[in-house]
Amino acid sequence: MTAQRTLVQPVPRNPRRTIPEVDVRICLGTGGVAAGSREVLKAFEEELARTDVLAVIRPREDECSGRCASVTGTGCQGLCAMDPLVEIHLRRNGSSSKVTYGQVTPAMVPEIINQHILGGEPIEKWLVLSDQGPTEYNAFYDAQEKLTLRHVGVIDPEDIDDYLEAGGYQALYKVLSSMTPAEVIDEVKRSGLRGRGGAGFSTGQKWEFAAGYGSPDGVKYFICNGDEGDPGAFMDCSALEGEPHAVMEGMAIGAYAIGASTGYMYVRAEYPLALRRIKIALKAAEERGLIGENIMGSDFSFHIKLKEGAGAFVCGEETAMMQSIEGNRGMPRMRPPFPAESGLWKRPTNINNVETLAVVPWIITNGAEAFASRGYEKSKGTKVFALAGKVNRTGLAEVPMGMTLREVIFGIGGGVKNNKTFKAVQMGGPSGGCLPEALLDLPVDYETINQTGAIVGSGGMIVIDEDNCIVDTARYFLTFTQSESCGKCPPCRIGTKCMLELLNKICEGRGTPGDIDMLQEMAQEVRTGSLCALGTTAPNPVQTALRYFRDEFDEHVVEKKCRAGICTALVTYAIDPETCTGCGACLRVCPTGAIAGEKKQAHTVDAALCVKCGTCYEKCRFGAVKRS
Amino acid sequence: MTSETTAADIDRQELEQQFAELLDHYRGEPGALVPLLQGAQGIFGYLPEDVMRRVAEAAGEPLSKALGVATFYSQFRLHPHAKHTIRCCHGTACHVSGASRISEEVEKYLGIHAGQNTEDMLYTIEEVHCVGACGMAPVVMINDRAHGKLTPEKAVGVIKAFQAEVEGEGSGALAAASATGEEEAEQ
Repeated sequence: MTAQRTLVQPVPRNPRRTIPEVDVRICLGTGGVAAGSREVLKAFEEELARTDVLAVIRPREDECSGRCASVTGTGCQGLCAMDPLVEIHLRRNGSSSKVTYGQVTPAMVPEIINQHILGGEPIEKWLVLSDQGPTEYNAFYDAQEKLTLRHVGVIDPEDIDDYLEAGGYQALYKVLSSMTPAEVIDEVKRSGLRGRGGAGFSTGQKWEFAAGYGSPDGVKYFICNGDEGDPGAFMDCSALEGEPHAVMEGMAIGAYAIGASTGYMYVRAEYPLALRRIKIALKAAEERGLIGENIMGSDFSFHIKLKEGAGAFVCGEETAMMQSIEGNRGMPRMRPPFPAESGLWKRPTNINNVETLAVVPWIITNGAEAFASRGYEKSKGTKVFALAGKVNRTGLAEVPMGMTLREVIFGIGGGVKNNKTFKAVQMGGPSGGCLPEALLDLPVDYETINQTGAIVGSGGMIVIDEDNCIVDTARYFLTFTQSESCGKCPPCRIGTKCMLELLNKICEGRGTPGDIDMLQEMAQEVRTGSLCALGTTAPNPVQTALRYFRDEFDEHVVEKKCRAGICTALVTYAIDPETCTGCGACLRVCPTGAIAGEKKQAHTVDAALCVKCGTCYEKCRFGAVKRS
Repeated sequence: MTSETTAADIDRQELEQQFAELLDHYRGEPGALVPLLQGAQGIFGYLPEDVMRRVAEAAGEPLSKALGVATFYSQFRLHPHAKHTIRCCHGTACHVSGASRISEEVEKYLGIHAGQNTEDMLYTIEEVHCVGACGMAPVVMINDRAHGKLTPEKAVGVIKAFQAEVEGEGSGALAAASATGEEEAEQ
């Protein structure tokens, strides 16, 4: 198995001919593009070319005799709240400065070029990060340590030479040239790396199992799980978009360790940008002999095929994913046999999540100890969290495990948007739960979070505030799991449906005190009677909500009141005659003509006609429309 | 009349040709059913009955299984789909940031519900779980382009802007449409 031939160490084919004086890097992740970063990139290219001083070049292709600039698209730079992000690195007169601007629009580009790039004076008010001094966003960056996302937002993900220049594929070279499969497994085991997809199982141990099983025809499979289904988590999306080669390199290292020759990347169809970049990366890696037959001239061959998901959350479960790759309905099956023994097409198969694989090359290069020295008790290394919802600094943050929830949400995330009151953080998506303020000092660690009833899961952290209803949030997740249940196990198929109906009843003001007991009872049935994790964890959002926010459920059932004003049946709208200026804005937007009143006189709402859409509430500039 | 028919015939022939190549490419390959269905839908926009039959045959599976698979995954459509897809994201971050109100307004503006096509077959609305741009929530995708940090009003605004871009330019409409679907075009 170890390589006997002379290995060829990978190097960039087109090394940089020029280090440009001006290096502009723009976030082209899904979030960045959504914020308009493509237009910003175009503006930089055009406006820089318009200056007579700078020539816009491609550093790998063009020589530059005078002063030159390059403009590069990268993956997600992390602080999505401030997208589009633009990093500008100036190297001039022997000194260097690097700053990042946030919420850049094409209109801002000429000023940035004139004042900063040509004039040398950064525009302070637009800065989010600077190596010249602190900004108000430093708290977002300072506590982070990027091992997994080390290349994301830094390199051009569509240029394999960028990855190679950053040390890419050197870990694979190290493995093929100097390590046995057993040594690779041992290294990963000692690092303490655990599956980042949610289950948190030891990666090295998983590889050891798969390596231990023989295959009748020698065929084994290595699958990368890129079916990031948890709504609210986007770190896998970001890794696939921003460093597809790192994920592929991790796969190749794992495949070498377990003895697999074929790999599949299963990526959801909802990530078109990730799919496109993987295709580009795969083609380039095959062309350079880094993936495919006799990798780097060794005896090790590993082919990767890309499988596009077809839209089914349950396919994130490993046995369901294998069914899907085989061309069947993605329905989980009983384990044992575990995939390590009999998986895809009945061959030994190993499945790892994207984030897990992306950090493997780092572990090989830097050593197990370096990874294990970070983190907390049984949760080693770093983990990427996706901060979203009602938090000021939404984005991706990679931090050592064991940091407290408060540090992540209030330190890195900058607290709750619009100075609203924190209500809960939802962790682990449809398999997780909502944790209240009182638990925010807990460390983020698999075991600790499990004890709360939520899970670390894939790392989604959705902050919800006083304007969100906890019953509605529980109902949201049940709606999700109910529609995504594959239908195999009746407790999941029917139980989630019944639970959802109860939650609908409570949200619609028809709840009775017995409903909450019934919910508890059914939650237990669904948990114990389902085969896969989708069913066994489906009740988590409801159970944690009941555990920590029981008073809100009781309010809905007994007082018929929704304090957040989300459950429309429990809400009434009225206009405060003292505050109303009679501007008529509410009257004009009301879809049912429920609002009446003369110009400059206080208006009124006819409760019989009101459909409680809340449009008047959103429209009123004087806060005269009251919701209760 | 005749020249139009001929143009449509040529179009159909072209699609048939692509479909035949797709079937040949995957014939006999294990696990080909899902990519075959994806490819066929990519060609025809949806999966009509005769296409399903030929896919099943090429995959060496009974039609019942092909239909079972096609109805299991949310990606597959058994009915025609309009030209442009508007996906309202209902991931967690979008939900807690008011995705329901955005869906309502978008549906009201286009006069259809999620899962339906506009009469002129230009727009379909879909509700999806997560498009991976949670930091920009709430998000609406028009074809492959995501638009973030929306309010109900802004969501309708981006659709209007898209309409103006695509429909306003007459013969240039196609070019504009493919510019917004740039991820596909660059492949």
